[in-house]
Amino acid sequence: MSSLSIRSLLRRPEAGALLGLVAVLAFFVVFGSTSFLKPAGIASWLNVAANLGIVAIPVGLLMIAGELDISIGATIPAGALAVAIISGHYSQPIWMGMAGALGLGLVVGLINGILVVRTAVPSLIVTLGTLFAVQGLALGFSVLLTGTTSVALSPAKSGPLVKALFGEFIGGSFQVIICWWLALAAVYIFYVHFSPFGNWIFAMGGDKVSARNAGIPTRRLTIVLFVLSSTSAAFVGMCQAILFNVAQVSAGMTFIFNSIISVVVGGVLLTGGFGSVAGIFFGTVTFAVVNQGIYFTTFDRNWSSLIIGIMLLLAVLMNNTFRNMALAYRPRKK
Amino acid sequence: MTTPILELRNVNKSFGPIDVLHDISLKVHAGEVLCLLGDNGAGKSTLIKTMAGLFRPSSGSVLMDGKPVEFNGPREAQEMGISTVHQFGGTFPLMSIGRSFFVGVEPTRGFGPFKIYDRKKANQIAVKAVQEFGITRIDDGDRLVGGLSGGERQSLAIARAVHFGARVLILDEPTAALGVKEAAHVLRIVLEARRRGLAVIFITHQVMHAMTVGDHFAVLIRGALAADFKKGEKTREEITDLMAGGEAMAELEAEIESHLKSHEGYSPAA
Ligand SMILES: Nc1ncnc2c1ncn2[C@@H]1O[C@H](COP(=O)(O)OP(=O)(O)OP(=O)(O)O)[C@@H](O)[C@H]1O
Ligand SMILES: [Mg+2]
Repeated sequence: MSSLSIRSLLRRPEAGALLGLVAVLAFFVVFGSTSFLKPAGIASWLNVAANLGIVAIPVGLLMIAGELDISIGATIPAGALAVAIISGHYSQPIWMGMAGALGLGLVVGLINGILVVRTAVPSLIVTLGTLFAVQGLALGFSVLLTGTTSVALSPAKSGPLVKALFGEFIGGSFQVIICWWLALAAVYIFYVHFSPFGNWIFAMGGDKVSARNAGIPTRRLTIVLFVLSSTSAAFVGMCQAILFNVAQVSAGMTFIFNSIISVVVGGVLLTGGFGSVAGIFFGTVTFAVVNQGIYFTTFDRNWSSLIIGIMLLLAVLMNNTFRNMALAYRPRKK
Repeated sequence: MTTPILELRNVNKSFGPIDVLHDISLKVHAGEVLCLLGDNGAGKSTLIKTMAGLFRPSSGSVLMDGKPVEFNGPREAQEMGISTVHQFGGTFPLMSIGRSFFVGVEPTRGFGPFKIYDRKKANQIAVKAVQEFGITRIDDGDRLVGGLSGGERQSLAIARAVHFGARVLILDEPTAALGVKEAAHVLRIVLEARRRGLAVIFITHQVMHAMTVGDHFAVLIRGALAADFKKGEKTREEITDLMAGGEAMAELEAEIESHLKSHEGYSPAA
């Protein structure tokens, strides 16, 4: 009986990510120290996972739907700069700065989505374009308006409430954004796996033409997903600016590869149609553990890239195997 | 004589300067299988796409139940009961049978923003619908569509179309990629759909398949309706000749040699 339930677990998209997570945790406990599982250690990778995870989930949903969004690499710092410029440099109320940051994410997402559904240009190229365009705009405006590429946002200007909600360390080391990540993941799991809306995303990634013929508003859904990823990216940037009291143009490019790695390790099929939010969640944690775990070992930190590379390849191979198991599955004759 | 479900009157279709369909008039009745025959490039797919709302006729009219209709896209045709099943079923390989069956019309429980996709109900209805078509091997709605055989997928797609109220079922070469046994399955399902009173339009290149299920045959040659006859009105040889583009096969075979030389094995019939 228990072997049966293990089999059914292995057929799920998140199986590979879960096994991968167990493997890397074991690896770092063996080669590193257990302090990496003590609160300060946990905080180090949970913080990375939360910031990355809030972006990785919508990026993964886009991938399930058959699209890519790499413009998040510029939208994250742009969101940070927006809130810092509006509320820090110009001393406007913090809610205006936050609205500005999220509004910017919304606009970038709308542009990405509309360009993708209106033109036949692949979303990789469209968002490559907006990646550079948004980065250029952020740099240009930052220098033009403030004379610098690093804009301060003092805690006084954020105010205690906003600081507590979006940019504070809980217990000295846990970023409050972890709570946002967990809450958002729960909401995503509900809408993607338990509501009809989720079915549409999978259908769209499986076969866009059939999905449209079946009456799914594929264009609108594509735009919504792009808006979701850009707004999430701007949200993460905004939280970072509030947390660190400063916004910088450069921070963000690493998110592009890191989010794609998390999503693919999480069992999402690069060509769309298959994956799960839980998988992306575990993939993100796995990535963060490798990314931070290296500091708890005696290895030089440069080795972490090697581990991530190997982990990615192993995860993809494993996910292929599990997907084939899922395809081949048929109930046994009783 | 009853009114046909679907009728084409003097339909022409051209893509820019290229005329593909010439003056096609055709009637399809309920409980009848119309076999659409013709060589590669004769215009069969174009004809059914015009019926299914993917193309608008350049001139001429489409009538349903005797009334002229104009479809703005395949959705509208589908809502009026014209369903097309594409080769491989046009379904979603990595989705479960239940989920793909109900794409776009998911059954739900709960209310407002907390509507939950009703997996049990979806699986149950989907499996029942397929089994009613005689595919009893499908008994678990959680199986992925991609794990089904080609014939099972076709059957699932046909069962889905029928479940959602199709009155005209259009099948573009459903047996083309199938083995003998699988093809027989699909043919049986075509007959079951007919028994339920659907009109079936069936495209095939295989004479045997056509003769097994067809009640009514229409042959297209270079976009024109070259023959339109009922079952039993023509012999197998005559049908074969017509399907080959109206030339006697013996003559054709003699030509193949020279054709192969000048066209590198491919004979365009444009
Ligand atoms: N969108 C289009 N634009 C221009 N020409 C087209 C278009 N669609 C089809 N044609 C032409 O119309 C002719 C008929 O094509 P069609 O696909 O209907 O043939 P068919 O009978 O289905 O052939 P097959 O048996 O190979 O499937 C071909 O010569 C094709 O090149
Ligand atoms: Mg064709």
